[in-house]
Amino acid sequence: MLRFIVRRLVQMVGVLIVLSLLLFLWLRSLPGGTVSAILGERATPASRAAMEAQFGLDQPVWVQYAKFVGRVLQGNFGPSTAVLPGRDALDIFLQRLPATIELSLFALAIAVALGIPLGYFAARRKETFLDNASVVGSLIGVAVPVFFLGFLLQRVFAIELGWLPVSGRQSTGLDATRITGFFVLDGILTREWDAAWDSFKHLILPAVTLATIPFAVVFRITRASVLEVLDEDYIRTAESKGLTARIIRGRHILRNAMLPVTTTIGLQVGALLAGAVLTETVFGFAGVGDALATAFRLRDYAVLQVLILAAAGIYVIVNLLVDIMYAVIDPRVRTR
Amino acid sequence: MTFKRKATPFAVLTAAALALTACAQSDRDDSGSDSGSTSGGGSSTFTFGAAGAPKVMDPFYATDGETFRVTRQMFEGLVGIKAGSAEIEPELAEKWEPDASGTNWTFTLREGVKFHDGEPFNADAVCKNFERMFDQNPAGQVAAEYWAGTFGAFKAKAAESLYKGCEAKDEKTVVLSVTRPTSGFPTFLSLDSLSMQSPKAMDAGKANDVVAQGEGFVYPAYSKAGVGTGPYKLEKYDEANKTVTLVRNDDYWGEKAKNAKVVFKIIPDESTRRQELEAKSINGYDLPNPADWKGLESAGNKVEIRPAFNVFYLGLNPTKNPKLTDLKVRKAIYQAINREELVKTQLPEGAKVATQMMPDTVSGYNKSLQPVAYDPAAAKAAIQAAGGLTLTFAYPSEVTRPYMPNPQKLYQAMAGDLEAAGIKVNTVTKPWNGGYLDGVDANAFDAFLLGWTGDYDSAHNFIGTFFGSLDANNFGLTKQAFGKTLAADLAKADSTVDEAERTAMYEKINQQIQEEYLPALAISHSPPALVVGEGVEGVVASPLTAEEFSGVTVGGK
Amino acid sequence: MNPSPMDPRPSAKKDRIDSLAETSGRGGTATAVKDVHVGAAGKVKDTGGVSLIASAWARLRRNPVFLLGLAITVVFVLLALFAPLLAPNDPTKRMPELLEDLSRSTNPVPGPEAGFPLGSDDFGRDLLSRLIVGARQTLIVGVFATLFGLAGGIILGTLAGAFGGWVDSLVMRIVDVMLSVPSLLLAVSIAALAPRPSQWTVIIAIAVVQVPIFARLLRGSMLAQRASDHVLAARALGVKQSSIVFRHMLPNSLGPVIVQSTLVLATSIIDAAALSFLGLGNPDDRQPEWGQMLGASQQWIRDYPHLAFYPAACIIVVALGFTLMGESLREALDPKSRR
Repeated sequence: MLRFIVRRLVQMVGVLIVLSLLLFLWLRSLPGGTVSAILGERATPASRAAMEAQFGLDQPVWVQYAKFVGRVLQGNFGPSTAVLPGRDALDIFLQRLPATIELSLFALAIAVALGIPLGYFAARRKETFLDNASVVGSLIGVAVPVFFLGFLLQRVFAIELGWLPVSGRQSTGLDATRITGFFVLDGILTREWDAAWDSFKHLILPAVTLATIPFAVVFRITRASVLEVLDEDYIRTAESKGLTARIIRGRHILRNAMLPVTTTIGLQVGALLAGAVLTETVFGFAGVGDALATAFRLRDYAVLQVLILAAAGIYVIVNLLVDIMYAVIDPRVRTR
Repeated sequence: MTFKRKATPFAVLTAAALALTACAQSDRDDSGSDSGSTSGGGSSTFTFGAAGAPKVMDPFYATDGETFRVTRQMFEGLVGIKAGSAEIEPELAEKWEPDASGTNWTFTLREGVKFHDGEPFNADAVCKNFERMFDQNPAGQVAAEYWAGTFGAFKAKAAESLYKGCEAKDEKTVVLSVTRPTSGFPTFLSLDSLSMQSPKAMDAGKANDVVAQGEGFVYPAYSKAGVGTGPYKLEKYDEANKTVTLVRNDDYWGEKAKNAKVVFKIIPDESTRRQELEAKSINGYDLPNPADWKGLESAGNKVEIRPAFNVFYLGLNPTKNPKLTDLKVRKAIYQAINREELVKTQLPEGAKVATQMMPDTVSGYNKSLQPVAYDPAAAKAAIQAAGGLTLTFAYPSEVTRPYMPNPQKLYQAMAGDLEAAGIKVNTVTKPWNGGYLDGVDANAFDAFLLGWTGDYDSAHNFIGTFFGSLDANNFGLTKQAFGKTLAADLAKADSTVDEAERTAMYEKINQQIQEEYLPALAISHSPPALVVGEGVEGVVASPLTAEEFSGVTVGGK
Repeated sequence: MNPSPMDPRPSAKKDRIDSLAETSGRGGTATAVKDVHVGAAGKVKDTGGVSLIASAWARLRRNPVFLLGLAITVVFVLLALFAPLLAPNDPTKRMPELLEDLSRSTNPVPGPEAGFPLGSDDFGRDLLSRLIVGARQTLIVGVFATLFGLAGGIILGTLAGAFGGWVDSLVMRIVDVMLSVPSLLLAVSIAALAPRPSQWTVIIAIAVVQVPIFARLLRGSMLAQRASDHVLAARALGVKQSSIVFRHMLPNSLGPVIVQSTLVLATSIIDAAALSFLGLGNPDDRQPEWGQMLGASQQWIRDYPHLAFYPAACIIVVALGFTLMGESLREALDPKSRR
């Protein structure tokens, strides 16, 4: 087991190194970039050349990469040029991460809370109107573009009804204390209940938007695995034994059907990260996805590199954890 | 998978949370918990939606509007800008006078002004500011774009710099010397970048320690907390929630700010900014999409249209296309474009067809010039006479500019007109930051769409920027017969001290550019706007987008 | 961009891909599947008697979900094929009648008038014609993105599946690197980093994301084929390696890949819209495409929501059509679900 983990970790480092090199070369091979983004219309060949010389962009690309690696080894990923100029790119990632985690967890909670019961009932009433409607409904949820959905939700719940805020992570006048960067948690820890409640309200609309895709997945997996379990002999046995419907549902159907569902839930992380790019942009939510969109638009290469590498790293780590979890849960895997 | 086993991690988490709670302290300031814009009596808040985050809190290293919008509320220069116009007015200096040579300017400073940290503003502080700006390390010289763009060079190349020296005559009199007379000085001292900052705070925060690293600058501590003299001072930049909070400077020398706080909330998505305004959670936002102006107004908001201080042009570059050295060809391209229709169908309310390469708010604008008329037949004939024309015509993607709200649509309309006149158009499109601006600088396109928003009231800031340098320009002027004359005339006008004489020279140059040279085709001027919600008063739209929020009231208070 | 509704789990992706490949890779050969009921086709033994495809078709014919998906798809393809004939006006031309009414400051999006039942877009072009002709461009984006993804996947998958050993390891590591960047980030990166954005960068950006999925899928079924009786028999007869791969293994492994393709078609159309929304789509809108129309409509969404609504509705319906069809196909082809 340990050897397996170590080997995977080594592979992961290899993947990330290769990816960093490819990214670096790719970014440097493109025209324009940072200098154009900073100078705008004011750029003249002279000011352009001066800035390129300052940044070492006039040197061969392998020299630039060597310098980059040298800096990274000292824990310095280079200053951002647009997202938060001057700040180290890694700091920006770490500063934005809690927001995205908070949002993703909440979205996942929504997806699970709705997806499992709906999936269960759809399976129990297979090929009824409820089943067909929820299958089609979950697909529509996936096909509606995020900005359209976000706009509609803002319109209805923030403007027409006035129940929820339009965008952001917290109301501006609150002056809340920050400890962890998870605003709701911070509010609870410091007993600033109004701040916690306010942050929670800010989470609802983006989380619902972000939840549409994981919801569809959880719903479909639940439906499929409940269908599978329903056909098993032990359910028939249980029924013929005269067990109550509640016991059958709790002990036999759900418990057995939940195994694939739980593993799926663990695997939603990457999809949530990706979905956060659009959702956070629409809801002005200061997370990693918002930073990524800004970095793309303004060619903030230092931030881009860190965010893409970090996203890949998170994906690889989650995969590793899932594989380890499999081994722990399933004795058949462990013996391999 | 029993519930018992599941419960364990939750128990651990709960215990950890409780442990954290024990040591977590609210460091909230009880007095500062007023929320929203409803409370009157001078404690209200003006909340403004910004599209992007401010880059630094030291305007000297800032280059973009998102940053200046914030720093403008906190800093002031020797020279100010009259609200709602591009004209200058006294600010930290009460008056200024040149000597006969136009190179030594005596500034009389306002008395009783203090920086936010309590330091007095005096002649000494002024000179320390200029010495600080002049004396930049190599990274700082690149970062401080506006100094480079106005004074030219820094201490390391003192001979090339416009700046010569600063002398404190007495507490309230300071003499600034420049190496040669120029039309822009002292007008450009109104630029936000050249604002006065507290020398003590700059020393303490090592304000000049800019370092170039990788592809960016690392700024010193001071850049996070600039100290000025303005009606507001920085309270907090909450990066995790993307809000900047400014608080009233109660020791301000002039009329105190009406709102206790100004909050900038950063909302990158255009349509979300509008939703926020409609939900009344912000009081206004900058640069509303022209597409929204009508809808915003009918919903009770006020769209403040700023006088246009920009020009949108079609640049021509003969470097790769010698036919463009022929004035008849350039004129034919001009005649082929239906600019009236373009302005009506694609540009916002208040946009105008341009008659020259600068807006009418700038001194030196030639009122007698008429727009070149749309004449597709004449254009077609001229192109035929020239033996046909193939143009590599470029437009940028991933960008909107106040003068160019939708580059692609504007391009298509113009390209269609050119094709109708018998010109063969090769379309090139590149991302603004990803090859377009580079391409323009590298003479890669025969024709391109670009524009300019003025920094301050000066003809030199427009046509001088475009055509003032024979070598460094986007119009291949070395290939044009008139290039040398034009650059020389511009230099001469710029160094003319007498204002009336100078204005006349610029008017003449404008006429020559339109009638004899046509290095670029002026298309239009489009006004940018800002929008404020119902009940917000006192926002004076500025052509330089230099609105100050200290006089703004919210909700009739 | 919405990741595919089928495989939004970046790493469950792997498992699902592999299991799908397994099931259908073995589909035609003798697997120890118990007797199963097959819809109206009656009781069929799955032990090699009736081919998987025949039994699947028998089930599909009676499946309303599949038929709905098929109907939508057929209508869409016909619309795309005959678009220029059906469109009342030239979708690229600014119509003088509409231009007359168009004024940025007072009437930026002229409404319906005689001859233009849906009115104008914000540039004086006929909205209805653009929607109709948009079907064709949309289909082109979908089909080419899928084809390119498929081609890349087939090359990598065949290499890995046919040779196994170190080739397999190498290829699968490449695939892992590609899978390790979340799909949206990968597509956005490619689109953002392309030196010259166009319709083709959009297509390629979407296609690249699909390559590792197709590759893994194909490799899985190829590996299953390698061990199958008919391949062993061919090898025993001394058939050349290349013809074993191309005559026997590849054709028999394509089933799951084709099913996946119908799903990718749907997601690539949605993805194109998302790229446009992020400003990374095709900057040239002369040839209309729904995703791009939707992306561009964003600035009008508050006052002229119909500009967003029409293309959005088209995309949703078509994506639904492909997805329903693909999902039913997959279910039909999965021996485990045949009950």
